[in-house]
Amino acid sequence: MSAGSAPLAAPLAARAFTRRTMLKAGALTVGFTLASLQTRAEGAAPAPRMLDPNELDSFLAVDGDGTVTLFCGKVDLGQGLRIAMRQIAGEELGIGVDKIKYVEGDTALTPDQGRTSGSNGIQRGGMQVRRAAATAREALIALAAQRLNIAPDDLVAAEGEVRPKNGPNNAGAGIRFADLIGARSFNLKLNPKAPLKNPATYTLVGKPLPRPDVPAKCTGAFTYMQDFSLPDMVHARVIRPPAIGAKLIAVDEASIKDLSGAKVLRIKDFLAVVADDEWTAVRASRTLRAQWSAGSGLPEQDKLAATLRADRDITDEVLLTRGQSAAGNPPEPNPSATMTRSASYFWPMQSHGSIGPSCAVADVTDNSATVWTASQGTHGNRKTFARFLGLPEEAVRLIYVEGAGCYGMNGHEDAAADAAILSRAVGRPVRVQWSREDEHGWDPKGPPQLLDLSGAVDPSGRILAWRTEMWLPQTTRGLPDVPLLAPAAAGLDDVRGLQPGLISQNADPPYAADNVQVLVHWLKDAPLRPAPIRSPGKPANCFAVESFTDELAAAAGLDPVEFRLRGLEDKRGVEVIRRAAALMNWQSRPSPSPNPNAALAHGRGFAYVHYKHSESYVAMGMEVAVERASGRIKVERVACAFDCGQIINPDGARAQVEGSILQTLSRALMEEVRFDRARVTSLDWASYPILRFPDVPKLDIVLIDRPTEPPVGAGEAACTTVAAALANAVFDATGARQRTVPFTPERVKATLDGV
Amino acid sequence: MASDTASYRLRINGVEQTIESSDPDQPLLYGLRGLGLTATKFGCGLGQCGACSILLDGRPTRSCLETIANAQGKSVVTLEGLGSVAAPHPVQAAFIKEQVPQCGYCTSGMIISAAALLAEKPKPTEDDIRTALAANLCRCGTHVRVIRAVMSASGQGG
Repeated sequence: MSAGSAPLAAPLAARAFTRRTMLKAGALTVGFTLASLQTRAEGAAPAPRMLDPNELDSFLAVDGDGTVTLFCGKVDLGQGLRIAMRQIAGEELGIGVDKIKYVEGDTALTPDQGRTSGSNGIQRGGMQVRRAAATAREALIALAAQRLNIAPDDLVAAEGEVRPKNGPNNAGAGIRFADLIGARSFNLKLNPKAPLKNPATYTLVGKPLPRPDVPAKCTGAFTYMQDFSLPDMVHARVIRPPAIGAKLIAVDEASIKDLSGAKVLRIKDFLAVVADDEWTAVRASRTLRAQWSAGSGLPEQDKLAATLRADRDITDEVLLTRGQSAAGNPPEPNPSATMTRSASYFWPMQSHGSIGPSCAVADVTDNSATVWTASQGTHGNRKTFARFLGLPEEAVRLIYVEGAGCYGMNGHEDAAADAAILSRAVGRPVRVQWSREDEHGWDPKGPPQLLDLSGAVDPSGRILAWRTEMWLPQTTRGLPDVPLLAPAAAGLDDVRGLQPGLISQNADPPYAADNVQVLVHWLKDAPLRPAPIRSPGKPANCFAVESFTDELAAAAGLDPVEFRLRGLEDKRGVEVIRRAAALMNWQSRPSPSPNPNAALAHGRGFAYVHYKHSESYVAMGMEVAVERASGRIKVERVACAFDCGQIINPDGARAQVEGSILQTLSRALMEEVRFDRARVTSLDWASYPILRFPDVPKLDIVLIDRPTEPPVGAGEAACTTVAAALANAVFDATGARQRTVPFTPERVKATLDGV
Repeated sequence: MASDTASYRLRINGVEQTIESSDPDQPLLYGLRGLGLTATKFGCGLGQCGACSILLDGRPTRSCLETIANAQGKSVVTLEGLGSVAAPHPVQAAFIKEQVPQCGYCTSGMIISAAALLAEKPKPTEDDIRTALAANLCRCGTHVRVIRAVMSASGQGG
């Protein structure tokens, strides 16, 4: 399909350097081949565009050639926004997806819709697009009504024109959008009251339309961030210190003198090599000798949980209380039938693990900066980059180019900052490509999460009390407080910029409980820079909450599914649980299974979440076999019922659920950042293994479409139930609880031996 | 001096090409990408992830570990040489039909490895596919679609 068509190139900001006059521009935001890019003329200024997200013209332009251009601040990371946004806009406007051109994540061209994170691409960004398209349709119909002297109610927008509603498709009776609006702007605010189409009449939304980038990605025609280049560009490698927080004492520039064309660049503790060709830069980075001070130190890995618990530099905050007792303390075991339980759960630091290490290209002069980046937050980063580059925000442009993905904020922002600082120093465009060691060692990490749970249940399954205590770095309170590596090393001002995401949600049970309290101990620091890995924090919280729910069910001697249903009133929650249980052919009985001592023990587990208590509903069942002698877990089958409200593109939503399950299985079974007292030591795929094909279970997924409900995020929610369903299945199989991620054979074996 | 360059002749996607380099140990990956053949990806440089897979004299090979000196005189096929959007290889067509890639960064290596498998074993079982692709990593979790696509490309299912 032609949905891959690039928008017309938008010229870059004017720059003084004549040797850069042949830069290729704007179409990169969606361009699939370098050949499709256009050459910019000397001195061309960016086409002035409305960027206010309250204005229709910021989102939509009707072009003269029968097409429409959609400008989105949200970007496609592989989750399919390039087609889903077209479906939303095309549906509401009345034009086919193949007639919609698409521009994404460019601070000069697209409105600021916030970061593409938190699974909010469709539910927030998409709804702005829907509103914009509805506003445009209303305006176009009004124009046509005047022109045709027909009441607006008797007109319809379809196939790129406004035509009379009644009668056959009268040839010549319709007016093309372009003929109605011409080259003019709409000059309209988004109208929150513009009528929306009845979902029963949808022809685009709800269809599994193919993603336009897929053919190019399967044939090598897609230009990734890692493939992007500019004329006159140099290649750089950054040399990070051998210990976290180490200062650069001396650099032996002569150590690379045999590498023709390689140069050393040093700004305080920021050290890099540049060369005209990439391999020379790689060799120089490996050859260069430098002397560093000792680092600032890391805690002892094996005592990390205890270190967090013992931290006295904390601020306590009660996040939530419900029920009769504000304290939420478990009541005294009275009446005597009450059973109390307490347990600690730990989720380690994890890496984003993109298959391609981070990369960026920047072109920075004294007066302006253009940065091509795979960051999910072009607009948010603009302020940060302007600050540390000392440029006015208007002089900084960030352009999204899709890179190797992970559905989290990995090293892309840091690589972009590397490139920007180096380009300014070199006076030429600079491409920075991280190595595998850089990515595993220096991408900001999912922070460690320690949770203590206690509670009480009566024999009927009624939860009498529930208390969650969490230890989290205070930099995860939702502010962009985490520093970027390069500006910090280079001693620049105000280097904060990364936002690790809200990771404290879903720490309370979604079930009826007499008393609930969630308390967080905010720690001053994290051992390593924290970052939002897919579904930030919620997989750990749900792991604790849904494991502990299982522990209470087992204490009460109740079937885990039955236990959950007894405490749940939300009808959509009940339905996903029933549907997932049906997929599992779930037979009611308490855990563990009748035969937990088998050499190869089989079990089934269950978990449920209402994501953020306001978004998607997920219920997940898992079947496992546990090899008692080795502690090895074989996940045989995952069944998932998923309700994300109105489904825009069922194949895209399904792909997101599949990926959420497999990526999080990998995290739960295998992933833990290893470090010594100075630095990260898990620097490759051997020391930081991820899921491989032989580990992949059968997936059975049911999507529940609710066309009249608002669409909510589908990209994260199914991550959250994975570890709990898995741990509960292992308990069912063996009677041994898994409370520390990852569930490595060694760790599982230790719990089996302890039973 | 290291600035002295040598020429390395290879047949790449059916065309005789020359790669100039001052270092005979330069990985073939950089030589290919330097020619504009960017479908072949840098993933780890350690032969662990499979993103840089190519066919070298028909055999699936990690181009991040293969030196240009060693590749001299051999035949290289990259994803671009396998097929195009207009005329895709059966494995590419199946990947498109099954909508396999998400970010797609691993896709090139997956398709190359799968094409090599099918050349050797036209009707693989699912387990054959899992084994053949065990050293190709994917972070987006597209594995079940990859397996389905390779089965489909071999005329089984799909």
